[in-house]
Amino acid sequence: MGWPILSLLTFLPALGALAILAMPKASAEQMARPIAMIVTLLDLVLALVMWANFDTASSAFQFLEQTSWLGGGINYKMGVDGISMLFVVLTTLLMPMCILASWDSVEKRIVEYIIAFLVLETLMIGVFCALDLFVFYVFFEAGLIPMFLIIGVWGGARRVYATFKFFLYTLLGSVLMLLAMMAIYIQTGTTDIVTLLSGANPIPAHMQYWLWLAFFASFAVKVPMWPVHTWLPDAHVEAPTAGSVILAGILLKMGGYGFLRFSLPMFPLASEYFAPLVFSLSLIAIVYTSLVALAQEDIKKLIAYSSVAHMGLVTLGTFTFNHQGIEGGIFQMLSHGIVSGALFFCVGVVYDRMHTREIAAYGGLVNRMPIYAVCFMVFTLANVGLPGTSGFVGEFLTLLGAYEANTWLAIFGTTGIILSAAYALWLYRRVIFGVLDKKNLQDIMDMSPREIAIIAPLVILTIAMGVYPKPIFDVTGPSVAHLVEQFNTRLEAAKLEAPRLAEVAP
Amino acid sequence: MYTAIVFFPLLGAIIAGLFGRVLGARLSEIVTTALLFASAAMSILTFVNVVEGSGGTVRLFEWIASGDLHVDWTLRVDSLTAVMLVVVTCVSSLVHLYSVGYMHEDPSRPRFFAYLSLFTFAMLMLVTADNFLQMFFGWEGVGLASYLLIGFWYHKPSANAAAMKAFIVNRVGDFGFALGVFAVFYVFGTLDFTAVFTAAPDMVGKNFVFAGQQVDILTTICILLFIGAMGKSAQLGLHTWLPDAMEGPTPVSALIHAATMVTAGVFLVCRCSPLFEHAPIALDMVAIVGATTAFFAASVGLFQNDIKRVIAYSTCSQLGYMFFAAGVGAYNAAMFHLFTHAFFKALLFLGAGSVIHAMHHEQDMRHMGGLAKHIPATWSMMLIGTIAITGLGIPFEMFGLPGLGFAGFYSKDFIIESAFAAGTGPGTYAFIIGIVAACMTSFYSWRLMFMTFHGRFKGDHHHLEHVHESPLPMMIPLVVLSLGALFAGAAFFALFVGEGAHEFWRGALALHEEAHHEIPLWVLLAPLVATLLGLYIAYYYYIRHPELPPRMAAKRGMLYLFLYNKWYFDELYDFLFVQPAKCIGRILWKTGDGKIIDGLGPDGISARVLDATRGAVRLQSGYVYHYAFAMLMGAAALITWFLFNGPR
Repeated sequence: MGWPILSLLTFLPALGALAILAMPKASAEQMARPIAMIVTLLDLVLALVMWANFDTASSAFQFLEQTSWLGGGINYKMGVDGISMLFVVLTTLLMPMCILASWDSVEKRIVEYIIAFLVLETLMIGVFCALDLFVFYVFFEAGLIPMFLIIGVWGGARRVYATFKFFLYTLLGSVLMLLAMMAIYIQTGTTDIVTLLSGANPIPAHMQYWLWLAFFASFAVKVPMWPVHTWLPDAHVEAPTAGSVILAGILLKMGGYGFLRFSLPMFPLASEYFAPLVFSLSLIAIVYTSLVALAQEDIKKLIAYSSVAHMGLVTLGTFTFNHQGIEGGIFQMLSHGIVSGALFFCVGVVYDRMHTREIAAYGGLVNRMPIYAVCFMVFTLANVGLPGTSGFVGEFLTLLGAYEANTWLAIFGTTGIILSAAYALWLYRRVIFGVLDKKNLQDIMDMSPREIAIIAPLVILTIAMGVYPKPIFDVTGPSVAHLVEQFNTRLEAAKLEAPRLAEVAP
Repeated sequence: MYTAIVFFPLLGAIIAGLFGRVLGARLSEIVTTALLFASAAMSILTFVNVVEGSGGTVRLFEWIASGDLHVDWTLRVDSLTAVMLVVVTCVSSLVHLYSVGYMHEDPSRPRFFAYLSLFTFAMLMLVTADNFLQMFFGWEGVGLASYLLIGFWYHKPSANAAAMKAFIVNRVGDFGFALGVFAVFYVFGTLDFTAVFTAAPDMVGKNFVFAGQQVDILTTICILLFIGAMGKSAQLGLHTWLPDAMEGPTPVSALIHAATMVTAGVFLVCRCSPLFEHAPIALDMVAIVGATTAFFAASVGLFQNDIKRVIAYSTCSQLGYMFFAAGVGAYNAAMFHLFTHAFFKALLFLGAGSVIHAMHHEQDMRHMGGLAKHIPATWSMMLIGTIAITGLGIPFEMFGLPGLGFAGFYSKDFIIESAFAAGTGPGTYAFIIGIVAACMTSFYSWRLMFMTFHGRFKGDHHHLEHVHESPLPMMIPLVVLSLGALFAGAAFFALFVGEGAHEFWRGALALHEEAHHEIPLWVLLAPLVATLLGLYIAYYYYIRHPELPPRMAAKRGMLYLFLYNKWYFDELYDFLFVQPAKCIGRILWKTGDGKIIDGLGPDGISARVLDATRGAVRLQSGYVYHYAFAMLMGAAALITWFLFNGPR
């Protein structure tokens, strides 16, 4: 492709934000939402054009762009492969929905709110396209600032506490990651991710362990893995609906993406060494947070805890180092992006009406909101991992991969299918089923056309991805195969090279 | 045609589900029912074709392809599938028709018919599956549909609870099924039935590591799959959902909990019989669990007073029969009983529905009695069903002639004889239990008949005046099913388990060579004697001395309470699993997340930070800038670094 599609994709939302910023205040308040809508939809179209032109036979980076910067030490380099491409599509897909969901529900500082979201989109797409360590770092860390603002300014009652917690966790991780990136540069003399991935200058064994841990600190917080997950329920509860959707749909995926992009190919020795640690944390996440979800009284908290459990499956699959596990992990992330995003939209629908997230405040909604009940049911089932929905495909593949790695992993991981059914159906029963006897619910309205426009595409996608996931596997397949092969050859090479070092390492 | 059989019900479900409000209730009923009958007609045609020797697979499209895992959506039709197609579509279409009459007062009929058709679709996907994963799709699909149908009356808390219980208990079974599927792929590298079954003999006696142990491959896989079957077919331990599932409308009970879904487990074991054949330990387990369930459920059924619950426990018990038949290697006998059972059990459920309809939704048999003269048609249908289930018949085999009786007689006696002929420990155990349970079956079935239709009416006499025979859409299915209950046994005996069996099954399930011609006379007579004994006891207590049972119930003896309370399984599970799970969840949340992680982590740190900077910094705006500042410092440091040390 002759034109820089990735840069356009990335910076189009930021341009939109600039345009809104340039307007006089009065007209900006009028125009912010329509402009944002057009910009995000254009971005989605661009992303689909990119998908249409994506070569599914290749595992290499495509749509490469490169500009020398800072004397050649750092390059502005962009490109996508089968692992990152679909996350870009997911981001552009959720974004117009988020704008639409905020159309009426955000009352104060709408211009700033819209700008924050547009900037956020630019930064998130940048993370998935960046092919230079430094560029990646900038996007990765800067993306948190709009998110802090979205929660901190437009959030609920305890937004300050939630943002502060979020901030503390991520700060710890990012400092360590920055140090690790500098160390990589000192060691290899390059920040070019393509070069680093090519294995031309592998990272020596004794460094791999420390670097892996430093990256892990940052990604584990993002995923989030147990025990650094407690920021997530609070952040979700306080965030406005669209903020929750982006948080669950995209930001959590950056952690999983980071493992796939950096930890596995660059530090294979350390990845293998620390895999048992990741497995234990993932399994604890699956069982522990599912049990915690059972005890929740707040709808958003319940979904947030279920997110932690589902992301536990992702990390479990990723570190099995086999094709099914990794591809399942990617699919699970995409599916979870859609399903959990949709669930938060669903919570937003009733929150906008009743202004409470307490489960006990609802009940019997099906009597007045049949369409809503159907949509919520589809996403609940996808969350439970029912075959025929997108949730099943990812869950099945990760657990299959886990079985190949170690049967214990599959045994404990599969308990998640029982527990998820328990908490998800219990939530559904308490909110949707039953008699509508609460006074203030008597006049509650079913979904408006605007809300249907947000949720209907997600319903269709959830089912389509469950029945015919082939288009997605076509994209991810070659890159995952390449990753697995590369991982195995490098692991062997590294073991041959430094057998003694591997033993004395931490 | 195979595609049409499977997808017509889905089409009906979509039409009724999405456009039911536009179409109206009547049109939704007509569309779904007509599509189902079309599907049933084609199924019967398919069955005839398969008997004549055709069959095959239809590949639809690719489902999942990841690495060396390839799974397609494929419809497979062989003898085993053909039997299930006939059972599922016939019973389902009759239930659709019946529901037109039974549900005619319900305001959300389109939804009901959409669920019914959806269920049928999922069940058809299950039985036509060509690989383990597609089977799992149908497996979970029927679970979903039954969840929706049991909870159809969503304003009833008990219905919601029962629906959830059904889904979650089934998920416990699915846990085993899923692990079994993983193991199959791990060992065989494929999930396609044909490939797996062809390779199975090579795996005999080989070990692999499961849960840290060296274990036999096929035994482990079969036991895991059987755990799945136990959940779906309500076998002992995972049976607790079935009686509660009677909260759903009665046609649902007939469709799901008698004729189709609960037999999925039996179907699974028969489908995988090429694997089970090489796993004798797993087979013994199937036989023992099946026999124990047959006994357990029959014993609980003895003293239940809810007419539907009696039939529910009877289903559970009959499933036990099917399992121990499979467990002793008589897979064709299991399928035969599945086939005949579908007719008479659906008949009993729908007949019970007709009684409930007549009694204005009264289900307690203690408030019934003497209904035979008010609803004679229903009574005669129920009588046929009862004779069929108790397996009453004359074993002319002792004179070297074919036996004579209703459907249940052929299949049940054949199972008991197979268990005897097996000659193994579990086989003998199953044989003895089979005889005892036959006696109990006879007792509770006749008790139901006597309490409901005979003796004095014990309910509200206001009700009695309104007792009426059911409308035509409800009676037609009863008549059709009673024909099945009368003749299905005699008509298909040769095909399923007799001379024609080898030609009919053609490798769709594993068949054993041993013939049954050396069965001693007492073995032939034992079931008959047991059945007559049960009949006599029921007659003695409920016709001759109807004053005795209430008096015995009032005494509340230990055994009575134990059986009446279903061996206290629900209480035990609540105590062992439900309450602890909630409790642990709460502790992990409040203490684990709240006190330990947050207390030591962010809250602790923030408390220290607050101590240090008390009053000096306005936190709510400060921290964002702090973060931005820290990040910019980092970026600045990096840039500086590159400018001075980077390549020039």
